[in-house]
Amino acid sequence: MLILDCPYCGTSADETELSPGGEAHIKRYGPGSSDTDFEGYLFGRENPKGVHFERWRHANGCGKWFHAARCTMTLEVFGTYAAQTFEPPQEIKDKISAKRPGWSWRDFS
Amino acid sequence: MSTRLPNAGRLIDASKQIEFSFNGKRLKGYEGDTLASALLANDQMLVGRSFKYHRPRGIVASGAEEPNALMNMGEGGQFEPNQRATTTELFDGLAAKSQNHWPSLDFDVGAINTHLARFLPAGFYYKMFIHPRPFWKHVYEPIIRKSAGLGRAPKDRDQDRYEHFYTFVDVLVVGGGVAGLQAALAAGQSGANVLLIEQTADWGGRAQVDGGEVDGKPVADWIASTLKALDDLPNVTRRDRLMGAGVYDHGYALGYERVNDHTPSNAGPRHRLWRIRAKQIVTATGAIERPLSFAGNDIPGVMLASAVRDYAVNFGVSVGDRTVVVTNNDDAYLTAIAMKNAGLDVPAILDARASANGDLVQQAIDMGIRLEFGRAIAAVKGGKRVTGVKVCAQIGEGAVLSEIDCEVVAMSGGWSPVVHLWSHCGGKLNWDVEQQMFRPDATRPPTSHDGEAMVTVAGIANGYLDLNNVLQDADQAGKNAAKAAGSKPKTAKAPTASEATISPMEPVWLMPQGAPIKKRMKAWLDFQNDVKVSDVQLAAQEGYESVEHTKRYTTLGMATDQGKLSNINGLAVLSKALNADIPQVGTTTFRPPYTPISMGAIAGEARGKVFQPLRRTPIHDWNMANGADPEPVGQWHRPFAYVEQGETVHEAVNREVLNTRQNLGLLDASTLGKIIVKGPDAGKFLDMMYTNMMSSLKPGKCRYGLVCTENGFLMDDGVVARIDDDTYLCHTTTGGADRIHAHMEEWLQTEWWDWKVYTANVTEQFAQIAVVGPNARKVLEKLGGMDVSKEALPFMTWADGIIGGFDCRAYRISFSGELSYEIAVPASQGQAFWDALIEAGQEFGVMPYGTETLHILRAEKGFIMIGDESDGTVIPQDLNLQWAISKKKEDFLGKRAQLRSHMADPDRWKLVGLETLDGSVLPDGAYVVADGTNANGQRNMIGRVTSTYYSATLDRGIAMGLVLHGPDRMGEVLDIPKTDGTIIKTRIVDPVIYDKDGEKQNV
Repeated sequence: MLILDCPYCGTSADETELSPGGEAHIKRYGPGSSDTDFEGYLFGRENPKGVHFERWRHANGCGKWFHAARCTMTLEVFGTYAAQTFEPPQEIKDKISAKRPGWSWRDFS
Repeated sequence: MSTRLPNAGRLIDASKQIEFSFNGKRLKGYEGDTLASALLANDQMLVGRSFKYHRPRGIVASGAEEPNALMNMGEGGQFEPNQRATTTELFDGLAAKSQNHWPSLDFDVGAINTHLARFLPAGFYYKMFIHPRPFWKHVYEPIIRKSAGLGRAPKDRDQDRYEHFYTFVDVLVVGGGVAGLQAALAAGQSGANVLLIEQTADWGGRAQVDGGEVDGKPVADWIASTLKALDDLPNVTRRDRLMGAGVYDHGYALGYERVNDHTPSNAGPRHRLWRIRAKQIVTATGAIERPLSFAGNDIPGVMLASAVRDYAVNFGVSVGDRTVVVTNNDDAYLTAIAMKNAGLDVPAILDARASANGDLVQQAIDMGIRLEFGRAIAAVKGGKRVTGVKVCAQIGEGAVLSEIDCEVVAMSGGWSPVVHLWSHCGGKLNWDVEQQMFRPDATRPPTSHDGEAMVTVAGIANGYLDLNNVLQDADQAGKNAAKAAGSKPKTAKAPTASEATISPMEPVWLMPQGAPIKKRMKAWLDFQNDVKVSDVQLAAQEGYESVEHTKRYTTLGMATDQGKLSNINGLAVLSKALNADIPQVGTTTFRPPYTPISMGAIAGEARGKVFQPLRRTPIHDWNMANGADPEPVGQWHRPFAYVEQGETVHEAVNREVLNTRQNLGLLDASTLGKIIVKGPDAGKFLDMMYTNMMSSLKPGKCRYGLVCTENGFLMDDGVVARIDDDTYLCHTTTGGADRIHAHMEEWLQTEWWDWKVYTANVTEQFAQIAVVGPNARKVLEKLGGMDVSKEALPFMTWADGIIGGFDCRAYRISFSGELSYEIAVPASQGQAFWDALIEAGQEFGVMPYGTETLHILRAEKGFIMIGDESDGTVIPQDLNLQWAISKKKEDFLGKRAQLRSHMADPDRWKLVGLETLDGSVLPDGAYVVADGTNANGQRNMIGRVTSTYYSATLDRGIAMGLVLHGPDRMGEVLDIPKTDGTIIKTRIVDPVIYDKDGEKQNV
């Protein structure tokens, strides 16, 4: 059972306090977008064995959404960060690079 | 014959005799006995029947690995099947019954299967019962179900209590043997917060029986002084009868404490589930002895060598007068020595090795025990009890050289470290060729959140079989764990034990090695599930190369003991049959729990009334005291109807419907979600949340709105009231309040985080009462206060004011089609306001009404209900709600999705009213059928019923449904079959069947 640090309230939250929200950093496509873009936005998801970026909500806690960078293989957590961003903080990307040299995920590496 | 020895064992209190019963027979044992030791002391060797062939089964082991001695335990509300006699502590009045036999344990009809064994090989069921097809359902399955299963399922409600316990520690040490004690001591002395747990009530593990010396003193003395040292450390907690059940991600571990199994009349919970977070986990879980595979190794009286000496030393029980020891290693010599020391006879030690010269071997020779090297058992003699063995050469095919009479065969095929907890969360194993065992690979450990190792294995579990190495390894493991958890270990040296000379063991996977098929068919691997050497070989021959497939095909290791005795032997046989190395074949996956844990412990206290929280409206108690038939809605209990004396629920609903239409009804609508959305961007935000335009709503007005998911599907509905320029109050459905609030927060926090909007779920802050019916205005005017006239408070408006002295907010909204006010007051005033309405309403014919009446009233008006007309696949357009979808807005959640080709398909089923020609009520969920069949040969379907009720107003059934091209087919008559095959002829009509022009609500 995972423990993730909520970047808002600072709690080391047990998985039972959290609810998962799927992949992070998805760009929204609305009216006017092509069928392909919209389909990718609704249904296209990464399923990596390794580094992954996810959305979590501290549902039974402060109620805030945040992002987590972790390894789907070992469940190692590289860091958590606020959801109000378009890409992971450099510090977390550096940490991943140190542990998983040569990693890449969508447009990030 | 098995019997009690004159010198009681070390765990027995011979001054305290207790009574218990087995299959109704009254027997005597002593305090300190397990059920297994007490049964053996009473010469009850036969304890059950095997699963498939119903072979006689005796006790094989002395601990958690026992595959045979499974009991139906207890009576009534304390009944539990499949309890292991070896881990059940005896108590006064214990009642056990053996399993899987009929009519009796001694004479079992199912045992005929053993004579059919030749025709019931691995995979028999798969091959046999596939044809003819219909036979499976009507013949095979009922018969197999009748004869399947070991214990009986409990019938009564579990009368015991269970609980969960949460704890956080630096170091968790699992196992209270020598290794666990030393690891806990080393970790504890560093100052780390340590929890040490042991599954039995006895500390010290195997060393208590097998002996040895530590720092020049008997190991029992060292155990006693170490326990004292641990208890003197305030940072160490020591608990017994607490098993390490599983290791999970990020240092999470489950412990299973059998608090009162041995004292069932004591107060308190029966079991306790420990939910442990540990920074580091040390598993000192010991090892399990392996059986040897020879013909007849399942006959009662053939036991693990270690178990035979456990019963003698711990419980003072002799399993039989004459014990033949058969082994491939030195350790089993301990059993021969222990038997001799107990004054019993050891006719021979049959050692499969060509020679051995370890200290124990020498000791046995010195004691004058007959020792035969290079020997094996050709066959065991006896039926329900061993009477002797036939001896052969290990290297041959089993030609009998001699026969030895005996009552017990003590077998040892070496030891398998208990690596379960290490493996649960990804720890990897290496095959140790010298010791023929899987050992934890410290370079590939289970890792935690930081990518670092979180589990260390200590002692025998780590593959160290001699006492001195165990102590050194455990000391290091304890220190390393403490260090990894952030403490500074002391530099104190580990205690030392005298080192013994051990002659190497030799792999023996089949006895004799060239055993022909007749012998292999009687050489058991899995005693409970009846899997023999020949079955695994057959599986390999039939192409089952993966160990996981072989397991499922043969059921090897799938019994309640999960292969604790059988897995390694089966694996070795498989690898031989495949001509591959054991590590290449690999092991099956180790999954928690280590041994079965009770469902009660898993549930803890979450059952009955506290299974989930009950939400109560301010009027809940009044509702329940006034005949409410409770209906669970979300976590609320809403009144389905208020049933009066002498009427049925159905009659109550009809009365409520008519009264609300004709006089005055009150509905406790407090459960409806109320979400305040506030901020300069609130209007812009709600324009995204709802399909219709909310930013144009004027303060003081109400508007019905729809909420869709980004996929376009209808999610919720409700009336939105604009309170002021910056503030809206959004009503949601009862079940939708939390979901819609979370939905809003998700979009605000993760997509439009720069918008200035705040939300608050104030559902429970207000009591909300719907005052409904032609007399609604009269009762409010009688209570007096704010102007509730049509002019001052027209339809779809709201106003704050005072009614009957209560501060309130009155909404002129209607979900019934009647003149209707929904009036919100602070929750604390809810009951008082309700009382005032009931009292003042007497002269106007007031009656409360429940959710069923609410449903019928809305259905008569053709209003949709989320969850009836919508089911996650329905879009507003399907429900003819285009009028509530803004065409002006550039964007809202669901807009783009509703343009996708499937959503815009004109062949989507659409909402219509349904009127049966005979006036009957349609079955809920019934389908509308058309001629012909689809590609799967099923009857074509062109619609389904979504809501159906008896309408007291119209005195006939009313319904709504989704029908292909429905709105274009008004007046057509459809076929709707019932489950009995009869057809209900049903006409398509307008869904609005009551007051089509809305004259009643707009007065």
